[in-house]
Amino acid sequence: MSTDNSVATPKRESLFSKKNRKLLKDPLSDSNPITIQVLGICSALAITVQLQQAVIMSLSVLFVMISGNVIVSLLRNLIPDRIRIIVQLVIVASLVIIVDEVLKAYQPDISEKLSVFVGLIITNCIIMGRLEAFALANKPGPSVLDAIGNGMGYAWVLLVVSIVREIFGSGAISLPGMGQVKFLPQDWFVSSGGFYENNNLMILPPMALVVVGIIIWIQRSRNEALIED
Amino acid sequence: MAINKNNTGYTFLFSIIMVLIVGTALAYTSLSLKPLQKKNAADKKMVDILGAIGVTTTRENAKTDFPIYVKERLSIDSEGTVLNNSSGNVDPADSSDPFNLDVKKDYRSKKPASELSFPLYICESDLGDKVYVIPVVGSGLWGPIWGFVALESDMNTIYGAKFDHKTETPGLGAEIKDNEFSDKFKGQKLREASPYFTIIKGGRKIEDMHSVDGITGGTITSVGVGEMIDRTISIYQRYFMSLTNSSAN
Repeated sequence: MSTDNSVATPKRESLFSKKNRKLLKDPLSDSNPITIQVLGICSALAITVQLQQAVIMSLSVLFVMISGNVIVSLLRNLIPDRIRIIVQLVIVASLVIIVDEVLKAYQPDISEKLSVFVGLIITNCIIMGRLEAFALANKPGPSVLDAIGNGMGYAWVLLVVSIVREIFGSGAISLPGMGQVKFLPQDWFVSSGGFYENNNLMILPPMALVVVGIIIWIQRSRNEALIED
Repeated sequence: MAINKNNTGYTFLFSIIMVLIVGTALAYTSLSLKPLQKKNAADKKMVDILGAIGVTTTRENAKTDFPIYVKERLSIDSEGTVLNNSSGNVDPADSSDPFNLDVKKDYRSKKPASELSFPLYICESDLGDKVYVIPVVGSGLWGPIWGFVALESDMNTIYGAKFDHKTETPGLGAEIKDNEFSDKFKGQKLREASPYFTIIKGGRKIEDMHSVDGITGGTITSVGVGEMIDRTISIYQRYFMSLTNSSAN
C-alpha cells in the first residue's frame, strides 16, 4: 500500500505539500479502500440500496475515521504498545456508539434501515487499518488528511453504487431529510399499463457486488499501474 | 524523563484513565439524547399500531393520526380485569396511560405474568367495527422481536399484524418486518385453545386457517413470532372471555 509511509519529517512542512496531497488523493483512486484494497466491502454491499442511507453511512464513517485518526495520533506517544489494538478498538467503538446514539435521536428512520451496519463500522477494516498503519506513527495534521482521503475513497464508491442501485432498482433518488423522490412517471410502469419495470435484482445485495466490480473494471482499464499480470 | 510505555503499571494506569474518560463520555451522550430517542420510539410505536390496522402514516403525523383511529387504551392484569383506561392524546409523562407501559422491558424482566399489566388498544376500523390491537414481544434468533396483532370484533379473526426486530439477519429473519410476511396473517383465525396460532416450517396445508408459513432461512425468528403470539393471546383471552360472558348475560 503506497500510503503507509511513516517517515518522521525533520522540519515543518506545509499542510498541502506534495506528500500531503498524495495522502488525500491516493485513497480516492490508486489505493482506494474498497476497489483496490477491497476493505469495508460488507457495509458497501448491504446499505447501498438507497442513496440516503449511503450518505448517512459515509458521513458516519468519515466522522469516526477523522476523529479516530486524530485521537490516536495525539495519543501515539502515550499508548502502551502492548495494548494498542485494544486502545484503538475502544476509541473506535465509543465513536461508533456516539454516532449510533445521535442517529437514533435525529435520523430515526435511517438509523433503523442501517440497523446493525452502524455498529459494524467498529469492525470496518478501513478504520482499524488506518489507525494502525498511519495515525499511530504520524502527526495529527497528516492523519486528518489520511482519514479524509480514505473516508472519501469509501464514500464515493458507496454513493456511486447506491445511485445506480436506487435508480434502476426503485426508479427514484433519495436524500436525507428529503425522502425518496420518484422521478419516473407513474404511467410508465407495467402495473399501470406502461412498459417499464423496476429491476428487483438491483435491490438485492449481489448487484452491489456487480456494480462494485464494474467500477473496479473501469478503474483498472483507465490506469495501467493497477493492471496485474 | 521519558515514559516507559511498556511498564505494566503504566499500562494499567493508561487503561484505567481511558475507561473512565470513555465511560463518562458515553454516559453523557446517552443521557443527553435520551428524551429525543424516547419521543422517536413513541412515534414509531404509534406508526406500528396504526400499521397493524392497515393505516399508513409517518412519524411526523403519528401523533395526530393516532387518537383518530385508537379510541381507547386499556391496561389489563393477567386475569383479564381492566386496571386503567384512557383515550384521546397520549401524554408521555402520564405513567397510568396504558400507552406508556413498556412491554419490552416487562418481557426482559422475566417477571411472572401475574405481576404485570398488559396494554390493549381498541381501535375503530373504516367500517366502524371495533378492532383490538395487542402488543406482542418475544425473542428471535439474535435479539428481541416485537409487533402488534390486530383482532376483529369477534376477537378471533386476525385483522392485521405488524412485526419488527432489533438484530435479525437481513434477508432472512429480518423479513418479518416486511408487509409480505405480515399480510399473510390477515383473515387467519385463532384456535380455541393454546397453541392459538402457529408459524409452520414447510408443508402447511392451504386450508389451515390457524397458521401461516414461516420465512425460509429464518426458522428461529419465525418460531419466535409464533411463540410470542401464542403466549400473549393466552393472557388477553381471559379479558376477551369476560367480554363475551358479560355480553351473553
